[in-house]
Amino acid sequence: MRFLREGRMQTLLIIVGVAAGVAVVAYISALISGLQSNTLEKTLGAQAHVTVSAQDDVVVAPGRPASGATTLAQTQPRAQRPRSIPSWAALVPVLEALPEVAAVSPMVAGAGLALRGEASKSIALVGVDLDRYDRIVHLRSKVVDGVARLGPGEGIIGRDLAVDLGVRVGDRVSIVTGNVGDSLRVTALVDLGVRELNRRTVIVPLRAAQSLVGLPGGATNLDLALVDVWAAQRLADDLAQRYPYKVESWQQANAQLVSALNAQSVSTGLIRGVVMVVVILGIASVLVVSVVQKRREIGILRAMGATRGQILRVFLLQGAIVGALGSMLGVLLAVVLIWAFTSFVRGSDGLPLFSITLAPALALRIAAVATLCGVLAAVAPARRAAALDPAQAIRM
Amino acid sequence: MPLIELDGVRKSYNLGRPNEAEVLHGVSFKIGTGEFAALIGPSGSGKSTLLNIIGLLEPMTAGSYTIQGEPVAGLDDSGLTLRRRAALGFVFQFHHLLPAFTALENVTLPALMRDGSVSAAQREHARAVLAAMGLGEAMAKRPGELSGGMQQRVAIARALVMQPPLVLADEPTGNLDRASSDEVFALMRRMHAELNTSFLIVTHDPRLAERCDRIIELVDGRVESDERPVKTPA
Repeated sequence: MRFLREGRMQTLLIIVGVAAGVAVVAYISALISGLQSNTLEKTLGAQAHVTVSAQDDVVVAPGRPASGATTLAQTQPRAQRPRSIPSWAALVPVLEALPEVAAVSPMVAGAGLALRGEASKSIALVGVDLDRYDRIVHLRSKVVDGVARLGPGEGIIGRDLAVDLGVRVGDRVSIVTGNVGDSLRVTALVDLGVRELNRRTVIVPLRAAQSLVGLPGGATNLDLALVDVWAAQRLADDLAQRYPYKVESWQQANAQLVSALNAQSVSTGLIRGVVMVVVILGIASVLVVSVVQKRREIGILRAMGATRGQILRVFLLQGAIVGALGSMLGVLLAVVLIWAFTSFVRGSDGLPLFSITLAPALALRIAAVATLCGVLAAVAPARRAAALDPAQAIRM
Repeated sequence: MPLIELDGVRKSYNLGRPNEAEVLHGVSFKIGTGEFAALIGPSGSGKSTLLNIIGLLEPMTAGSYTIQGEPVAGLDDSGLTLRRRAALGFVFQFHHLLPAFTALENVTLPALMRDGSVSAAQREHARAVLAAMGLGEAMAKRPGELSGGMQQRVAIARALVMQPPLVLADEPTGNLDRASSDEVFALMRRMHAELNTSFLIVTHDPRLAERCDRIIELVDGRVESDERPVKTPA
């Protein structure tokens, strides 16, 4: 501590340097983590983490021709029709019993048209049990008008579709799929976070959708919400192996998004690594200068009976102190930067773009890494100090 | 048994290189308990190198050196440090106090180096040694706030605080005016008389050398003379 206090300006400069590095690392980590959770929340807020559906219809390959025979074959892929998952009602409790699974919701999905007056819009028809579906996509929290309710003859529609059709809560809309038609009263308008979904989504009771799509008692999908969203791929692979169904994770459904998130994480890691290397070099260079400046003192301490180990520890401790003080200051600086971001950077609606917080565990981890970097940075100068020839050092 | 014994000590620099130079050519002498000896000689005669070898700050190239009967050859760095802690105190020409520490803290440094911390008893002993040096008022001051003579007295206190059997002093008065120089020398004599600590003092000052009990003269890396001046009774 005395050595650090002696070169106050030098010590102050390097602590500020470490603080700047730690602040950048902490701020970028919090920003990227906030951005990623926001993106994920928006993406997964409108879809299941894992979706189980029936296998696609495939054309069975013709039998092997007899040896020597010549055959001409052309295979036309089958058009896919809505199909129910076999024994879905028995599968629901099995899936619900899995520890990774937080909720299961059967769904009937199909395409159709929504008609009102002269307006006709193509729609994605979704038949669900509202309570179960709410546990998958938190539908009730997305209601922008009305009250989410799915009694017989009732439906919930996307808010942009309501604008296109000119309907309000309480109005009736006709739904047509193939040769079947039905009429429903709109109980709520929802904002699903994606304009295309808001333009096309019509949510009806499961039973209504079964009759509209022509799958009485059936379900085209089983939507699963998981305790840990990142376990989706592993669980999907596992289920696909165990059951004769098509199982898709949200990562497979959003492959590009996952690639973008991964690229972002790798870039953040690189930036963090480079900043930490700069911090290490900064501390090391100051300590190297310090060793040169304090050669005589080191020589005196050796003459007074200090071992090489004691000299080594003095400089390692200096590195650790500089790292620890710098990281404390850096974390405070990062908190200020985050506050500035959330206060001044706002979207067109005047609200913060997304929420960023510096989790205490992350702050502690960064501070610990910075302190460790301080010790690592001090290794070379400390070894140099410990190796000094005392007689030569005193003569300097 | 002598306190230290050197036998045929040689020291070469740049060993094995074209510019190899031998600065000590087989130096031999003994220092006994309670001796007060001067090591004199012209510049470049090897006095400081010899003092560094005796102080275990520099290795010799050949010869034998024992402290309290134990040879130092073959000791590793920590072995040398332990011997240095146990047997030797140092006073340098430029006091070499640590500027960031107070006089008292400088004096307790050897205890800190040996034990990792300074006990209340050790601090009290350091205070007593400083007080004996006439530095009772200067204990809380840093070296920069003390005169040259006072700084050198603090350095002597630091050398004596662990009560080593031998104090090595390299030109301890070389940087002081005549009055301060006499004062510091008188203090070393008093401590020698009170504590029976041996002193080996490198000096250029013949006036001070003559006041020592024994004068070892080094010329061109060899002991030219080793005499005990006959003192005229005052």
